[in-house]
Amino acid sequence: MYRIRGRKEQYTVEKPERNNSNKKKRIRVKNFSEIVLTMVMFTALFLVMSAYLVHFVATSEQDMINNSYNSRQEILLSRNYRGTIYSRDGEVLAQTVMDEDQNETRVYPFSNLFAHVVGYSTQGRMGVEAQANYYLINTNTSINNKVANDMAGLKNPGDNVYTTLDVQIQQVADEQLSIYKGAVVVTEVSTGKILAMVSHPDFDPNKIAAMWDDLITDSNSSVLLNRATQGLYPPGSTFKIVTALEYYRENTDSWKKYGYQCNGAFRYGTSKINCYHGTNHGYVDFENSFAKSCNASFANIGMRLDRGEFQKTLEKLLFNKELPLSMLYAQSNTVVSADMDDEDMVQTAIGQGKTQITPIHLNMITCAVANGGKLMKPYVIDRIENDAGTIVKSFKPTTYGTLMSEEEAAMITQLMSAVVEKGTATKLKDQAYTAAGKTGSAEYNNVKGDSHAWFTGFAPVEDPEVCVTIIVEGAGSGGDYAVPIARRIFDAYFREKTNTQEVAQ
Amino acid sequence: MKEYIVELSKYFICALMVFYTLSCFYALPHAAENRKRPVYIVQNLIMLLMQVFCFANLVVLSDELQYFFLFGFVEIFLLIVVTLVPAIYEDCNRQLLNNMSMLLGIGLMMVSRLSYTKAIRQYVSVLISLIICLLLPYLFTKVRFLKKITWLYAAIGIGCLSAVLIIGNVTHGANISMEIAGVTFQPSEFVKILFLFFLAGALWEDTSFLRVAITAVLAGIHVIILVLSTDLGSALIFFVAYVLVVFVATKNYLYLFAGAVGGSAAAVLAYKLFAHVRIRVLAWRDPWSYIDNQGYHITQSLFAVGSGSWFGMGLLKGNPTVIPYVSADFIFSSICEELGVIFGICLILICINCFLVIMLISLRIYDRFYQLLVYGIGAMYIFQIFLTVGGGIKFIPLTGVTLPFISYGGSSVMSTMIMFFVIQGIFMRLQQEKTKHNVPHSGQEGAVHSGKTGKK
Repeated sequence: MYRIRGRKEQYTVEKPERNNSNKKKRIRVKNFSEIVLTMVMFTALFLVMSAYLVHFVATSEQDMINNSYNSRQEILLSRNYRGTIYSRDGEVLAQTVMDEDQNETRVYPFSNLFAHVVGYSTQGRMGVEAQANYYLINTNTSINNKVANDMAGLKNPGDNVYTTLDVQIQQVADEQLSIYKGAVVVTEVSTGKILAMVSHPDFDPNKIAAMWDDLITDSNSSVLLNRATQGLYPPGSTFKIVTALEYYRENTDSWKKYGYQCNGAFRYGTSKINCYHGTNHGYVDFENSFAKSCNASFANIGMRLDRGEFQKTLEKLLFNKELPLSMLYAQSNTVVSADMDDEDMVQTAIGQGKTQITPIHLNMITCAVANGGKLMKPYVIDRIENDAGTIVKSFKPTTYGTLMSEEEAAMITQLMSAVVEKGTATKLKDQAYTAAGKTGSAEYNNVKGDSHAWFTGFAPVEDPEVCVTIIVEGAGSGGDYAVPIARRIFDAYFREKTNTQEVAQ
Repeated sequence: MKEYIVELSKYFICALMVFYTLSCFYALPHAAENRKRPVYIVQNLIMLLMQVFCFANLVVLSDELQYFFLFGFVEIFLLIVVTLVPAIYEDCNRQLLNNMSMLLGIGLMMVSRLSYTKAIRQYVSVLISLIICLLLPYLFTKVRFLKKITWLYAAIGIGCLSAVLIIGNVTHGANISMEIAGVTFQPSEFVKILFLFFLAGALWEDTSFLRVAITAVLAGIHVIILVLSTDLGSALIFFVAYVLVVFVATKNYLYLFAGAVGGSAAAVLAYKLFAHVRIRVLAWRDPWSYIDNQGYHITQSLFAVGSGSWFGMGLLKGNPTVIPYVSADFIFSSICEELGVIFGICLILICINCFLVIMLISLRIYDRFYQLLVYGIGAMYIFQIFLTVGGGIKFIPLTGVTLPFISYGGSSVMSTMIMFFVIQGIFMRLQQEKTKHNVPHSGQEGAVHSGKTGKK
């Protein structure tokens, strides 16, 4: 009489079927496929939705907890006290101490030294305190500790954060920048680890609460701004790294034939570009143009570039783009496009005009040069441990992508090496290590002599380990003011390396 | 001690949930009911044990003894459902019954955690629902006119919905509830059932174009009234149920296609016409930019899910009450927050299991009317879950419908329970027919088989 299809066959009633075999054909139920289709459709829909849910949780858990609109942060903080932030070798950069009444105070033993990079956590959050907030307020302490703390009415210790920061290099960078406004970024070439990050003027995060009102009302000093990642500066001659890269790209076979007779200025239309302090460089080839930072020659090079191609190169180098950084930063910008006018083109080629860059971005480009064209994502959080020292999570170096070919990177390295050997950074010559780099003296207003001193470079040249980018606001020429700072930082890095090796032996 | 209990119960609850989910899918392909008895008993133990862990957690953390009372109620209620129903109706579908109890248990527990007063009201609702539903399968064997009053279903349905539109209260920006003798209820929840009876009645024997068109007009009136009441979620559910039932009744893929095209066109039209539709879409595409106003609900829901992560923050350790309308529209997010996303996914899987069980039953039904009815219930049920879960996790725009059996809301739980017991009634008839047919030449034709499949 009735028939059940498929798997349900065993319900089929044998006898009536045999008796009514004619009838059977007539009254067969035929919407098996429609119903099965519905089952498959909805099941598939739900699988996709579940996958979406899993993806959401796997990728956004931290963002969700860290969002200031999420009230659950206070819940976690009422149960756990903030974990400690350490330097790479285990020195305390920030910790929560309790008095007898269990009142918590956040203490920063190095006061101003790590003000921007480690940040603060009481008046909103900044720096590592903000980036690692999720870990600092969560706990992975053992269940026994949780029970003991629960019984005693104590809070649980939040997880501890180990950074990549090096106290000695940070100290040297800070001392060298001295009373000047500016920033220093020091990174490890092969990994992207940030070893030091200094921004001046700075502040004492221990006193942030007391100073808060003054800091936010005084809009001129911009003390809270982390100049290393948020400060936008004209790149000056350091931008010639990019201009040279583009020229090399477009003239891979013929760049050796390049030559230019410099008489201290480049004239185009009714305007002219002067070399720094009007220096007359005489005849310069491509390498010397770069080494001596000849503005006239680079203006000449700029006029010959394909502006559309230049725009593509700049985008590849992350101008006008988001940077692969997990900290707060400003986006670098330029106006290069296929239909830009000569004025903009010439100004851009020598790093003046409307181009603006952050020190961290310049550091990333330099690192890519040092690393055979491959950019490692800069990072400052190395690993998370619970209070007993068990690793909860560790962060591995990650490659962002290739900014230029190995051949191009080798070419730029050769040029940057010439800067140290015979150009504007000879103060780095004849050291125990070899260095390469590019200076810049970025004029920021029309009065002569008012310029930011830039240096960006790396060492050793043969097998680059460390990359340094420095800006000293309003100091003068890069060669005179930024290069000596770089030398002290390189010295400190290699001294520390030798010491560690000796200790190890 | 507290911490041990809390921490351990978190993982136990999750493990029990996973185990239950596995067991119900294990039982799914096996047809022979008697062989599945041990699985069902294990399932019953799991659901009772899970309540022990959940409420132990609640009592320990809150130190409030009221939870003991709530715990007692939930356990007794579940025990009654899983023992009394099979005792009265021997042939009922135990898997569907167990899933229903499991979901009801989770829902009652979660509503208890969110609000004591709401919990009490919810308990009353489930008790009344159960009493009504216990009579249903019996009535099914007695009532013979179900197929004959097709147009009456539509008339009553449209009448109820219009009445709400005109005199109803505004709930969360939608005209959907009505108060009679001090009891607030949402007629659209019950009209859903009438609507499915109407569709089955209209299409079981005649699937000509004319008939489909007449049905379309009447279904369209339902949907338009719901849209005018700004109850978009229900409007969408009615529409999808119509398209799918027509598709299965006619076996014509063209209708499915036409439904998809028409639905999309209607969605675009609604987007252009109604500001509240545009707001929903806006809040879905970029809630973070409107976190203070239009995007507030959804971002709070996402915070809950994201903060809960895989194993959840633990019962009473999260902060789900900051989500607006958490006990009705966003209960899934609160479950993910406190019991974890693994638990949440298991919950979704149990709902899919219910859907698959219902579909398998509909496959076996020979009578077109009952087949379409069961099919319609299954499709409506699963689509509603899709809307509420998908809305809460920003997979689709928010529509503000309840999660059947779990969300707070008497009308919702009662109507879903009625639907499930309608299926139980039909299923029992099917089982009884099977036994009858095993007796040769009984000459009896039950209601389930009395219909003819179309005209020849």
